[in-house]
Amino acid sequence: MKTSQDLTFHDRVVALTPGGEALEQCLQCGSCGGSCPAGADMDHTPRGLFAMIRAEMEDEVLRSNTPWYCVSCYACTTRCPQQIPITDIMYTLKQMAIQAGHYDHPHATKFSETFIGFVEQRGRSFEAGLATRYHLYHHPTDMVRLGMMGLNMLRRNRLPLRPKSIREVDQLQAILAEAKAIAAKETYR
Amino acid sequence: MTRQAYTYYPGCSLQHRSHAYESSNRNVAQALGFDLVEMDDWNCCGATEYFSLNRLPAYALVARNLARAANEGADELVVPCSACFLNLHKTDKQMAQYPDLARSVNQALAAGDLHYTPGTVRVRHLVEVIISDIGFTELATRITRPLYGLKLAAYYGCLIARPDSIFDSTEHPTTMDRLFEVLGAESVPFALKTFCCGGHMAQISAETGFEMIHKIVKNAAENGADAIVTVCPMCQLNLDVYQNSANKLFDTDYQVPILFFTQVLGLALGLKPSDLGIGQEFVDAMPAINKISEVPPPKPKRERRDKQALPMPVMPE
Repeated sequence: MKTSQDLTFHDRVVALTPGGEALEQCLQCGSCGGSCPAGADMDHTPRGLFAMIRAEMEDEVLRSNTPWYCVSCYACTTRCPQQIPITDIMYTLKQMAIQAGHYDHPHATKFSETFIGFVEQRGRSFEAGLATRYHLYHHPTDMVRLGMMGLNMLRRNRLPLRPKSIREVDQLQAILAEAKAIAAKETYR
Repeated sequence: MTRQAYTYYPGCSLQHRSHAYESSNRNVAQALGFDLVEMDDWNCCGATEYFSLNRLPAYALVARNLARAANEGADELVVPCSACFLNLHKTDKQMAQYPDLARSVNQALAAGDLHYTPGTVRVRHLVEVIISDIGFTELATRITRPLYGLKLAAYYGCLIARPDSIFDSTEHPTTMDRLFEVLGAESVPFALKTFCCGGHMAQISAETGFEMIHKIVKNAAENGADAIVTVCPMCQLNLDVYQNSANKLFDTDYQVPILFFTQVLGLALGLKPSDLGIGQEFVDAMPAINKISEVPPPKPKRERRDKQALPMPVMPE
């Protein structure tokens, strides 16, 4: 097995993404950026980012806000004439940026981490907890606005305050722990 | 051909903020004569969050559900949430496509005494089940209260249309539009029917999210929609709960109610709005529902060619 030192940045992105080999076939057409509903907020279009990956601009790519603005809508993926799994590559880049400690757009990460924290603990997501914990830590000034919205949600029976749990949490946690252990070993297949 | 019972994966949203979807699904299923049997001890699908953090645990989280459904003897799993549908469908498909991935996922599942053979459970979205298994012809015979005069925008959102279009075109799906016509309603032209609602953007980068929400609501309103109809709790939440925030940002005042497809289907089946969770939405749906008329709207007359228009070329004599 190759180690991370043997592989270029481009190769690692490919290796971490199921079907990622198609990235080699990018013809720089720009259909991805043109189709992206959040493209206007990105510092590089996906097309630009792919050129940068080819140019081994690891640092710039992992600091780009592009993956963090990806909304996972798959518009680029279905339109890509080369069948590049663009959305999945964005997931890979987010994961690599977190591992490298290289992201300058922390809200998205913190939101994901808070969300998944509840899931790992209980097996189910927990909206009321997510909203309060995430906003309290990361957007405390928003709490008033959020409080109003929370009240409106409560009034409509749309914000249960008690988290739900699955029965066999132990089974889930054992699976996730094993998956994390494998991921740590097999990051670069 | 409908089954009598389907194994059902409701997803977290339907137990939290989208009870309306859950109750309308249950009551519509009963009215149509099939059961939705909740699978035992299902867990969250991870939404779009887990894949951003750590790929393999994200797949393993989803695969636990597939493995447990298979152990229950299910060969199909019916999912009402588009995000859950995508994650379950994608995990099954990619495990079949990439044996390396399947091996690692199963190694993780083994820690919980589980195993999943890709292809065992066919993951289906509820809208596809109702449309393909029951079918338009049969549905038409069950309609007791046609939705005459109601103009609906069929909002498919992303994840049933992409990346794998499950029953319709990726770019321009029309199945739900046809469903509305069967129900007696009118389906308005809606260019942004598969445009993204922004997912979690309303939380992490509000203005990005609100702009996307605004575009969709504006497009439906300008085409005369009385309501937007969705198949996903995330889309419903964004377009409904944040519609006024989007209005504020763009200085507009759209008030387009956002309904689930089983809510409009249920109305046409003669169910009461209260049995369909109508009333839990932020933008009140009753003004739209009150527009439903007893009689079909007059068929628009075919316009004759305007005599003042450019003349047809005339052959010289």
